[in-house]
Amino acid sequence: MSAELNIEEIRKDFPILDAKVYGKRLVYLDNGATSQKPVQVLETLDNYYKEYNSNVHRGVHLLSQVATEAYEAARKKVASFINAKHDHEVIFTRGTTESINLVASSFGKLALKKGDEVLISAMEHHSNIVPWQMICEDKEAVLKVIPMNTNGELLMDEFASLLTDKVKIVSVTYISNSLGTINPVKEIINQAHAKNIPVLLDVAQAIQHVPIDVQELDVDFIAFSGHKIYGPTGIGVLYGKEEWLNKMPPYQGGGDMIKTVTFAKTIYNDLPYKFEAGTPDVAGAIGLSAAIDYVNNLGLENIQQAEHELLKYAMKKLSEVDGLRFIGNAKEHASLVSFLVRDIHPFDTGDILDKQGIAVRTGHHCTQPVMDFFGIPGTVRASFAFYNTKEEVDLLAAGIEKAVMMLS
Amino acid sequence: MTINEQQDEIIEEFELYGDWMDKYEAIIQLGKELPLIDDQYKTDDNLIKGCQSRVWLHSEYKDGKVFFTADSDAIITKGLISMVIKVLSEHTPKEIADSDLYFVNAIGLNSHLSPTRSNGLLSMLKQMKAYAVAYQVKELNTQNNG
Repeated sequence: MSAELNIEEIRKDFPILDAKVYGKRLVYLDNGATSQKPVQVLETLDNYYKEYNSNVHRGVHLLSQVATEAYEAARKKVASFINAKHDHEVIFTRGTTESINLVASSFGKLALKKGDEVLISAMEHHSNIVPWQMICEDKEAVLKVIPMNTNGELLMDEFASLLTDKVKIVSVTYISNSLGTINPVKEIINQAHAKNIPVLLDVAQAIQHVPIDVQELDVDFIAFSGHKIYGPTGIGVLYGKEEWLNKMPPYQGGGDMIKTVTFAKTIYNDLPYKFEAGTPDVAGAIGLSAAIDYVNNLGLENIQQAEHELLKYAMKKLSEVDGLRFIGNAKEHASLVSFLVRDIHPFDTGDILDKQGIAVRTGHHCTQPVMDFFGIPGTVRASFAFYNTKEEVDLLAAGIEKAVMMLS
Repeated sequence: MTINEQQDEIIEEFELYGDWMDKYEAIIQLGKELPLIDDQYKTDDNLIKGCQSRVWLHSEYKDGKVFFTADSDAIITKGLISMVIKVLSEHTPKEIADSDLYFVNAIGLNSHLSPTRSNGLLSMLKQMKAYAVAYQVKELNTQNNG
């Protein structure tokens, strides 16, 4: 199905898109940082707190049962969205960062020893670098990096040669948050699996743009955040293959993750609860479920198509701006553009855009090594969602022209 | 001109501007008037932490007064430093250390700067006052020894 989305109608679902900033119409192009929420998600959260807020998995009373059912239905919703084989392969976390920290810590305890290697890529977000550095330091293991070319594409030949028997896990991003590169993840997984090495995909920037089927990819772990796929902040997902999650030790201890506790010995709970210590973000999970319903209703393929159109238009429009250069020119590119204009500091460009009501992100985008690689202080990043319009791209282009006029 | 007279002048000037774009134009213009730091002082030691853009600040103590020069790779940041230097430079260490920089709030900078920008401005002010205090101590020591 590829019915064209009626963007004008869809925008009415997102109340914030009517907001004014500095008395000007908001042009929200920072969707890579966080997406806006449709009323369907907001009402779900509102209803939860008004009608059945209760702690899950514990209560004998009706509300607790209703909340538990809704929470577990959310897990099922996520599992089916990514086509997980089992619902219990879906662990709710606080977000991508916590999901990766969980794997780094637990998988690291299970599988890493002195001299082993962890393989990441040159375009990782800090949240897919630092947790691995921490566990590598702890285990005296070594962090290795798949290099990229100046278009922002991974050097797959180098990857093949880095994939030695010492490597215990490969952890890479599906889509680069600062360059927009879509990585050849299927190929990465196939090559790693040929050597029995598991793969974690950071899909924080992919889950809202690209259909992801964990069984088809045969990926071992994926990590993402709810707030980037039109859901609430504070909820995230770790998908892990059952066989890995069963082998890995718990990440945090507390309530809900246990079967029995004595002072001598604690027996841990089964999946997924083994990895969900303490009261979870019930509202967040239910809100995420509503967000997935919303996305399913529009159709991820339709979303993808609309965003691809926007990207093409933005690339064309922005390349007409004198002195603008894109950072990240990968052939496979997601709906975000990272750029610099002349020798103007990205911070200045972003500031002048902001004062015109245009929200973009500036800086290193939590990928300092990427900025070092290109020898730049940062970039301006405009990241699009399906609810953005070509008219907004025009406003961005005009806004950049104005910034250039003021700043040079 | 005293520090407060200089602040009042800036406040008065900014009252003339209609909207924030005009204010930014003025800040950018001020950036172009910044007393630039000598290249030899553009060192890591003189880099101010806490800015999204890089800022170098240098101070010199001459005839009982502190002189500031600076630079940044971002022009709006340069404008902000320029404003602060206009207010604080060429005053005694005591005047600088005791100063209350009310112009930042008065012209609405605090509410219109992005948090990273205003944190940067704050670190800049802190650093300038730190220099002033250091000169005060040095002065005191010379007096005591002399």
